[in-house]
Amino acid sequence: MEEIHLTGIRKSYGKEVAVRHLDLTVEPGAFLTILGPSGCGKTTTLRVIAGLEEPEAGEIRFGDRLIFSRQKGVIVPPENRNLGLIFQGYALWPHMTVERNITLGLKQMGLSAGETAERLDAALDKVQMKVYQHRYPSELSGGQQQRVALARMIASRSSILLMDEPLSNLDAKLRTEMRGELKRLHRDLEATTVYVTHDQIEALTLSDIVVVMDKGLVMQQGTPYEIYHHPANLFVADFIGDPGINRFTGTVSRNNGAVGLDCGDLWLPVPGDPPANAKDLVATIRPESINVSTEAREDWLKVTLESIQPKGSDTILQVRTGNHSITLLQPGFIRMDLGDPLWIDFETAALNFFDVESGTNLNQYPPA
Amino acid sequence: MSLDTASSGSKPPVLSRSNLSYHVYRLVNQPEKILGLLCLAVLSVLVLGPLFEIIHDALVYQSYDLAYRPEAKVGSFTLFHLERVFTGPLSKALFLKPLFNSVAVGVCVTVLGVGIGSGLAWLMVRTNIRFKGVFGALAVVPYMMPSWVLALAWLSLFKNDRIGGNEGMITSFFGVQPPDWVSYGFFPIVICLALHYYAYGFLLMSGALATVDSELEEAGAIAGMNRRQRLWRITFPLLLPALGSAVVLTFIRILGTFGTPALLGLPVRFFTFSTQIYASLNARNSGDAFVLALVLIVMAITFIWINSRVIGIRKSFVTLTGKGFRQREIKLGAWQWPATIAVAAFLVVTVLLPMLILLWESLVITPGEYSLKGLTAHFWIGKSDIDIANGEPGIWHSPGILTALWNTIKLGVLAAVCNGMLGLLVGYAAVRGRGTLLARWLEGVAFAPYIFPSIALGAIYIGMFSTPWGPLPALYGTFTILVLITVVKNLPFTSRTGIAAILQIDKSLEETARVQGIGWFRRMAKIIIPMSSSGVTAGMLLTFITATRELSLIILLLSPANMVLTGVIFSYNEHDMTQHSGAVTLFLVMIIVGANVLVRMLTGGGGLAGLRHT
Repeated sequence: MEEIHLTGIRKSYGKEVAVRHLDLTVEPGAFLTILGPSGCGKTTTLRVIAGLEEPEAGEIRFGDRLIFSRQKGVIVPPENRNLGLIFQGYALWPHMTVERNITLGLKQMGLSAGETAERLDAALDKVQMKVYQHRYPSELSGGQQQRVALARMIASRSSILLMDEPLSNLDAKLRTEMRGELKRLHRDLEATTVYVTHDQIEALTLSDIVVVMDKGLVMQQGTPYEIYHHPANLFVADFIGDPGINRFTGTVSRNNGAVGLDCGDLWLPVPGDPPANAKDLVATIRPESINVSTEAREDWLKVTLESIQPKGSDTILQVRTGNHSITLLQPGFIRMDLGDPLWIDFETAALNFFDVESGTNLNQYPPA
Repeated sequence: MSLDTASSGSKPPVLSRSNLSYHVYRLVNQPEKILGLLCLAVLSVLVLGPLFEIIHDALVYQSYDLAYRPEAKVGSFTLFHLERVFTGPLSKALFLKPLFNSVAVGVCVTVLGVGIGSGLAWLMVRTNIRFKGVFGALAVVPYMMPSWVLALAWLSLFKNDRIGGNEGMITSFFGVQPPDWVSYGFFPIVICLALHYYAYGFLLMSGALATVDSELEEAGAIAGMNRRQRLWRITFPLLLPALGSAVVLTFIRILGTFGTPALLGLPVRFFTFSTQIYASLNARNSGDAFVLALVLIVMAITFIWINSRVIGIRKSFVTLTGKGFRQREIKLGAWQWPATIAVAAFLVVTVLLPMLILLWESLVITPGEYSLKGLTAHFWIGKSDIDIANGEPGIWHSPGILTALWNTIKLGVLAAVCNGMLGLLVGYAAVRGRGTLLARWLEGVAFAPYIFPSIALGAIYIGMFSTPWGPLPALYGTFTILVLITVVKNLPFTSRTGIAAILQIDKSLEETARVQGIGWFRRMAKIIIPMSSSGVTAGMLLTFITATRELSLIILLLSPANMVLTGVIFSYNEHDMTQHSGAVTLFLVMIIVGANVLVRMLTGGGGLAGLRHT
């Protein structure tokens, strides 16, 4: 188990800045996911760690080992970094059998024939691919190829594993299955893992720590719980969650003794006192943190059902009040008619408040 | 979030010692860069070096100029060669006439050849003409042949008594002398070249036609266009890029071609640029030859430039993807059989007849007497007989020919191997370094030989390698120079093959190996070379074919010590030993056809498809 430590990393391609400034520490044995939309710099970050791209500035350490420093003139080539790496397209060598795909790198390490065979067997066992040892990659299904790529990475027994969207070429069902498998593998191998994806479900389900990136910068770093429930800024709030988060812009004020966010034709009750110089802010709430009732209730907001999308285990409801469209998520397969009235109630504790201009989480209420 | 983007990367000190070792170490870990630099250096020496060398030689006094200007100092700057060629009293003979002849031949052959090729392509791809398979195979045979086979056959048929020696079959059978304009000069040169070079137009246009979706034409019909409007507004613009390439390719080849204008033009002193360069070098006026070669290159570049202006350099047509379209065969109706017969007759005349004529030529015992009684195999397998052909033995017993045969095969194999390796390395450096200045330069330099007409490149190489050049010894007259020039001339093609092959290998396949600790040489050996071998092998075999049939490129560099079969044929013909030249030509054709069969077997029939990329 080794720690990965990046400081001040910067990487651009010509005029295009891929990673603007990155400080990142991955604890020994942790599973860290870099999450973000395409072009946010997540893959570049992974390639910088692997040594496949050279940053213009910054420093990389694995444990005590200095891997890269522009300032000190140190650069360890990817060949000598002792990593396990897995690509989105698996990168299996098509002209070699499964066995050769796995052993080529082992032979390079100067292992004895016995040790090579032992590692090959162990790796194939771990991904349940023993019977396909003599097949060529073209004779395997996508999921099986994925397992071979995993086996190849496992066989290297590196203490640092890097994965670049390894599941995105699989169909939905297989992806869920492999996700579980990856989690189990990580527990077995105890290697420090950096995982890159644009899929938030993978990020939330697999990781110890999630790093959300956008436009070459870290937007937030935290546990999946923190990322989901306490987004550091509006970008993270919007990016995480499917269906997306609800946003309301308004001013906190007092009306008939009650305190709430005045969004024009929508009144969102909030606790506490309004600040002295009240200014606009953004409140967000997850669709599942809004309670729904089909019967009229006191103090609840009356809305009209605009669309309904049952997913099986739960149902997405789109409701309207005035100019506001609000998304709700309710458990179960709900059947209702469009246009029906509904009453909703916001779980006040689940609200997050953001500064309108900077988009950063105010982290407190009422805002100072 | 407000980190400054442009100025935050503080630069490390530039000249510290650790910094230097860092840069060296970094370079070592970027094999594509080292490779790119190496390739660029080698190619610059082999391609650009010679060009600067002849520009230099054309602008300074040479020792042989002392005959005209005894007071001149060898090596000092002069416009003497330029004056001689462009304004002096000899200018008309040296420059204007060859210029006029070259352009006239080039334009006529290009129009005729591309016209025939396009028409043939249209018949074969878009109509219901019969025997498409056989015709298709025969129509590309000229591409494999030496271009002057037709000229040899023409001489056997139409030779008259103008230059003495034996006469042709027409005279022998009918007792009439063909007029000079039929036997020699402009007319036969244009006919023979057009009947050979139509193959380029055919290959390129049939490839393009096969990718034009009939639905586009039908959409035009629905929009109310008549047949002619559809052809001009839809089909023709889509074919324009291919047509442009066909025109450029044919024209540049014609400018640089030597064999046919030499065989059919020199006897009546009809000079083109290529034969004038040859004559000037033979007369030891290299300065003139260099100036003429430069003019040829300028003409070729101008032509490419005009073409790219007219057609647009990167005009891409989205429909040319070859995906999800269908083609409707045009029914020729009553014209089906006449068209089939016409194409059959054309292919017999251009492909089979010349072979038959040369075969007959090689079997007659007395030159010029084409009766069935006098047939002999002497010129193939006979031993030296003082009564026949001054004692020159048949090709099977002639040490000169066997040496030339060995040289030809050696040249083909060496050029193919060198081209294959160089193409792969250039491809690797260019693809892995994509987007860098180095890669762009490398691709550019590798493509440069394309614009040098063959004969001009030959002249350039004489200029450069007749004396030691840098670390290289004087290579003129050696076998090495033949290999070098063949490799360089084929480089535009093989480097493209290499680039295409490497592009197919995803970067991640190599990076995975890299991360596993596998070094560059082993990555090449275990991953890159095995995965690109089929494309590169096809490219190598095609280089072999082009190398064995080449004359224009190497004619200026041949000497008795490094003679190849094409040179032997040319010299037999110069000495009016027509049976020998016929026999050796057929022998060479057999070797080339054999190699092509090999290409087809190894590439699953796709061997010639690769030619469309040239």
